[in-house]
Amino acid sequence: MRESSAVAIAEKLKGRFGEGTYSRRARVILEHRRIAFRQGHWIVVLSGFVEPVLYLLSFGYGVGKLVGKIQVTPGHWVTYAQFIAPALLATSAMNGAIYDSTWNIFFRLKYDGTYKAMLATSLGPLDVALGEIGWALLRGLIYAVGFTAIVFPLGIMKGWYGLLAIPAAVVIAFGFASIGMLYTTFAKSIAQMDWVNVIMLPLFLFSGSLYPLSIYPQWLRVIIEALPLWHGIQIVRSLSLGIIQWSLLWHFAYFVAMIAIGLTLTTRRLRVLFMR
Amino acid sequence: MSAADSQATPEALILAKGLRKEYGDFTAVDGIDFRVNRSESFGFLGPNGAGKSTTMRIIAATLTRTSGEITILGKDPEISGPEIRAHLGVVPQQDNLDNALTVEDNLYVYGRYFGLSKKFIRNKIEELLAFAQLEEKRSVKVEALSGGMKRRLTIARALVSEPEILMLDEPTTGLDPQARHILWDRLFRLKEQGVTLLITTHYMDEAEQLCDRLMVMDKGKIMAEDSPAGLIKKYSTKEVLEVRFGADRNAQYADQLRGMCERIEVLPDRVLMYSHDCEALLHEVVSKGMHPTTSLVRRSSLEDVFLRLTGRSLVE
Repeated sequence: MRESSAVAIAEKLKGRFGEGTYSRRARVILEHRRIAFRQGHWIVVLSGFVEPVLYLLSFGYGVGKLVGKIQVTPGHWVTYAQFIAPALLATSAMNGAIYDSTWNIFFRLKYDGTYKAMLATSLGPLDVALGEIGWALLRGLIYAVGFTAIVFPLGIMKGWYGLLAIPAAVVIAFGFASIGMLYTTFAKSIAQMDWVNVIMLPLFLFSGSLYPLSIYPQWLRVIIEALPLWHGIQIVRSLSLGIIQWSLLWHFAYFVAMIAIGLTLTTRRLRVLFMR
Repeated sequence: MSAADSQATPEALILAKGLRKEYGDFTAVDGIDFRVNRSESFGFLGPNGAGKSTTMRIIAATLTRTSGEITILGKDPEISGPEIRAHLGVVPQQDNLDNALTVEDNLYVYGRYFGLSKKFIRNKIEELLAFAQLEEKRSVKVEALSGGMKRRLTIARALVSEPEILMLDEPTTGLDPQARHILWDRLFRLKEQGVTLLITTHYMDEAEQLCDRLMVMDKGKIMAEDSPAGLIKKYSTKEVLEVRFGADRNAQYADQLRGMCERIEVLPDRVLMYSHDCEALLHEVVSKGMHPTTSLVRRSSLEDVFLRLTGRSLVE
């Protein structure tokens, strides 16, 4: 029988870095997800996008009337809507990435045998991790873009560089999706997946999204500043308000670490679950 | 005709020596040796937990071995995992199709996993849909298919990369008789085309129908290895007489029956008597004053081989 092209394709990677872990085809997972999405339900995705917009209307204009202006850096005052909009954008990116990288992946992992099927082919575990996390990230990005499309024309973001918030949202979504999938690979039951929802709401409410952290006692600030969403909010808020500081690098570094840890350990978990 | 008896030294596609897999204290595969030749249909026969699926997963490069050697097309699965998997078509015990996708899209995305071009896969899909008799279902979502159709689709999916070896883990478990026969027919066609088949099963009729050569496994060990006919010849008589005296008396008559034939097996509900002339044996049983409530003379099967080798029944 003639040598099939599948073998020739696999042999091309012989001796290359990461052989057996990464076949450089994460894109085919994205293609699979895109096909499945086309046949699925848009409404589920839209619902997650509407939420932050509702928050902005209710808090930004309602509560905003009571609060007045907020000082973000010495001498720099912004409206309440300007203060919370970046936080809502960062939270949208988180929500989109987490929804997809936890619940959806849980079912594929536990019940559909999706990854077992994928890893029976010449794909490697990093292809699967990167593809699935990449798709989850896209949902975070869609939420962020949608939110920006509504907020930007209202003049809430300052200047065109406020649009930098979108690439920032990609980084934030990537970080959350990586950690979300990693958590999911450890989850044994639906009850453990419910914890994701339990964690996400307080994470949003208390990460300096609706008011500055300065109102907290020192010990609580330290805790919040160790959590990822606070870093995400700081990034988007700085960019959208045009406050470019060195501290941005530190916040980005936090996400780079999340991505690196999430991707590496998810890849390892997939190997343990399906290839050991 | 099997490749094994057509040539002096057929090409070995899979070679295993002292292959072993342990999970903690439990030994799933206990140092087995085997060889699978090109274009043969090779079966692992044994009850659940015999180590068949574990062996299959080691071959498929999705499970690491504890010790021993194995090569698939000359490659070690722990070194060349992706390459080996590109050579194989895997049909798992439980279908893991994407239920949310159409039949056609399931084939498409699976081909893409191997990195095959869109054009190649589009052409291949037509061939595979015809093979799986699913042309009319091409745009139907998988969740709407019957069990037999899903199985055929899973097999078609495994063929999208034109594998040299097709691995089927319990291919017809859970299917109704008609669906099983359709599936067997499809597998026969592949065999005729020269595809090497690797099958695990705990159904003796399936093993007899599909396999050129069988490895009987129990508790991680190989009990015997031969063609189905060879195994029956080696480990059983030509015929079997099954007699039932009622649950209490089966054991009671056992000693008397034992002396009358080559071998007997006392099962809870019946006694099996092994002989080359069972009609005559039945006459003898009756003439000695034992009157079974029912009796049956049949040819020996792989079930008898298994019983002989392990003292247990295949399907429990």
